[in-house]
Amino acid sequence: MVATSDIVIEVRDLDFYYGDIKALRGVSLNIKRNQVTALIGPSGCGKSTFLRLLNRMNDLIPGTRVEGQVMFEGQNLYDEDVNPVDIRRRIGMVFQKPNPFPKSIFNNVAYGPRLTGIKDKKKLDELVVRSLKQAAIWEEVKNSLDKSALSLSGGQQQRLCIARALAMAPEVLLMDEPTSALDPIATSRIEELVEVLKKDYTVVIVTHNMQQAARVSDDTAFFYMGEMVEMGNTERLFTKPEKQQTEHYITGRFG
Amino acid sequence: MTGAASRRYRMMTERVAFGIIRLLAGLVVITLGGIVLFLIYQGARAVNWSFLTEAPRDAMTKGGIFPAIIGTFYLTIGSSLIALPLGVASAIYLSEYAREGWLLKLIRLGIQNWAGVPSVVFGLYGLALFVVFLGFGVSILAGSLTLGFLILPTVIGASEEAFRQVPSTFREASLALGATKFQTICRVVLPSALPGVLTGSILGIGRAAGETAPIMFTAATFYTKHLPTSPLDQVMALPYHIYVLATSGTHIDQTRPLQYGTVLVLISLVLGINIFAIIIRTRMRRKKTW
Amino acid sequence: MTLTMGEGDVQMSTLSAGGNHASESTTRGVELKVQEGISKYFFLAAASTSLLVMALIMIFLFREGLAIFGKVNAVSFFFGKAWYPTYDPPEFGILALIVGSVSVTLFSSLVAIPLGVGTALYLSVLAGPTVREYVKAAVELLASLPSVVLGFLGMVVIAPTMQELLDIPTGLNIVSASIVLAIMAIPTITSISEDALYAVPRDNLEASYALGATRWETMSRILVPGALSGIGTAVILGMSRAMGETMVVLMVAGGAAQIPSSLFDSVRPMPASIAAEMGEAPFGGEHYHALFAIGIVLFLMTLVFNLVATYISTRFQQKGASTL
Repeated sequence: MVATSDIVIEVRDLDFYYGDIKALRGVSLNIKRNQVTALIGPSGCGKSTFLRLLNRMNDLIPGTRVEGQVMFEGQNLYDEDVNPVDIRRRIGMVFQKPNPFPKSIFNNVAYGPRLTGIKDKKKLDELVVRSLKQAAIWEEVKNSLDKSALSLSGGQQQRLCIARALAMAPEVLLMDEPTSALDPIATSRIEELVEVLKKDYTVVIVTHNMQQAARVSDDTAFFYMGEMVEMGNTERLFTKPEKQQTEHYITGRFG
Repeated sequence: MTGAASRRYRMMTERVAFGIIRLLAGLVVITLGGIVLFLIYQGARAVNWSFLTEAPRDAMTKGGIFPAIIGTFYLTIGSSLIALPLGVASAIYLSEYAREGWLLKLIRLGIQNWAGVPSVVFGLYGLALFVVFLGFGVSILAGSLTLGFLILPTVIGASEEAFRQVPSTFREASLALGATKFQTICRVVLPSALPGVLTGSILGIGRAAGETAPIMFTAATFYTKHLPTSPLDQVMALPYHIYVLATSGTHIDQTRPLQYGTVLVLISLVLGINIFAIIIRTRMRRKKTW
Repeated sequence: MTLTMGEGDVQMSTLSAGGNHASESTTRGVELKVQEGISKYFFLAAASTSLLVMALIMIFLFREGLAIFGKVNAVSFFFGKAWYPTYDPPEFGILALIVGSVSVTLFSSLVAIPLGVGTALYLSVLAGPTVREYVKAAVELLASLPSVVLGFLGMVVIAPTMQELLDIPTGLNIVSASIVLAIMAIPTITSISEDALYAVPRDNLEASYALGATRWETMSRILVPGALSGIGTAVILGMSRAMGETMVVLMVAGGAAQIPSSLFDSVRPMPASIAAEMGEAPFGGEHYHALFAIGIVLFLMTLVFNLVATYISTRFQQKGASTL
């Protein structure tokens, strides 16, 4: 049993609808502090949808509806008086495809801090450098901060996007298949980075790649057909799955 | 028919058909090119420095067209001041805030058809609303409003198109960083869409500069000695000046060079504005990498 | 399965997590919320203003125009052949004006369609890429030529030339107005048709070539049918433009309010009548209202053209590989 204070996000009986279609059914799980939690499952199982519910990105899709609770540090994210903008500042996100803005490297990372009203050049410089270092891309870009972010390679762009998210000093970092568009070398760099990041952040990562889940995560949750089938310690889940569906999936019988 | 004969027949048909198409295209290119060259040739003989900087003299049979240039300048600027802010802001609402649905479709349809309303109808509208009902009289203000609303649908349409082409991943990335919608629009969407917005707006401005019918009853005057001093003054304008000199002067043939000169100035202005828009579009397209 | 839990070789500066910027100042949060609310209503207000303007056009046009039907009955307005607005008593029959508009629109499209579509075909099938790029840009540029310039050209070049060559009483007639209107409509027709031809999926053309079809056969059986809705839209928009064009018909059509008996007769299309007479019509008088009523007719006729064009282009949208 984990002490309550170690749980950053507690999801209770979460249902999610796209119009009339129920995309998630009764999902309940806990995300632990300073750990990497992986969400796995076949495509269309609802793992990405679930991830986007954790920082209310699904608010942006018209015609969707949420039932249930997502408790973040003791507060339900879906309470009426919660502003999604505040939530997204505290829970950062990295997307499937690297999506830097068509701005310079510096301005990409400084984008978030500027939103919060930081104008002081020195403070911005410091934040940008710190974030780029944290995202392990500083050495590659330190001489070209004024260059367009779009001139970077795919893997570099993704680490830049991570730096951009880190510049907000989020409490949780959500990663939606962050390596699916990258080559193996770029992928391994991101994976190494995730390992390091968990010292300071709580990371939730969606992946379609079971090896990746096994390599980087502490806990793993298996989703299937809109339900969370099984969750537990990653090593345990991959070696001794309790549910048959989980076993079928990790042994490659479907998906 | 033998195979060879059939083949020959098919090739012959093709040759004749393509010959006709080439002929048609050649005719169009020669006509359009000829018109421009003819106007430049005729106009260049009339245009000189004093033509551009002096007022008309001797019952408009001599002198220059300076007041008309100034008038067109004011009307163009005035209509841009109305159409650009209103058009871009409207487009932002339609593309970033409005919910997709039948109402939005209807509004888009309305805007699209509004752009096809004949310009003389705008002249009537401007006369009824601005000149008479709101009491602005025949003035720069009334003319600018009329022209502004004439090009408003062009500006809205082009801007909305440009906003919709901004990848949604840019918006997502910004919102995921905790930006508000307004911050996202100002810092990501608008800068990314700027080339498209500019191109559409400039094309609209080019149209405003060359229109005659909407300003005939709302802004333009046959002749005035004075340059305008207030937005409620009437003005001379290049397109109207051409019309007046060519149709209602007493010395139509005598003033022919003045007419050609004015035509050259007007088409240089309008085509210049349009070329500018095209250059912006091509340059920005080359830079665009998403 | 093993788990790699060790440290990566990632370079890392020391940093403590947290330090949330947003929570540093709650006043800024409130500020942003207010800004967000205000901005939304600002944009909404702008969009509403635009729509209001659009509505006002119709309201004022109809308010001023429908007033004429209190004085003149609708049948004699639409079907009366006599347009004598300044006589005593005045006569307001606009049939001749409608016929004038229809005749120049139809005749100009007879000229403009083959030339405009032919040029589009040339550009999309026969021209090399360089020629295509430059000619298309030039044609689009010429679409922006002010109509008063073309009207001027028709007046000083086309009409006198025609008068002399054919030895007719006036060169300001249906034919010369139509030629100038056609010159004006061709760039529109060419540009939109070319876009439509370009949008026909290349796979379809290749399939046709692979079956041994010649270029002409492929063009006439695959390319043109595939682009037909786009070409149709182009033609209708070109006609709509010709119908609503003012300066050309004002300067070149001759201005006689009569029902023409030959193509070399002068006519007075509706826009010409409005533009020529509005300056003299006293505000609020019958003539003034009659001109607005002509505006309504013109507005509705071009609206029908535009709606048909929109309908065609959405209803028969080309289905490319992406929809399969």
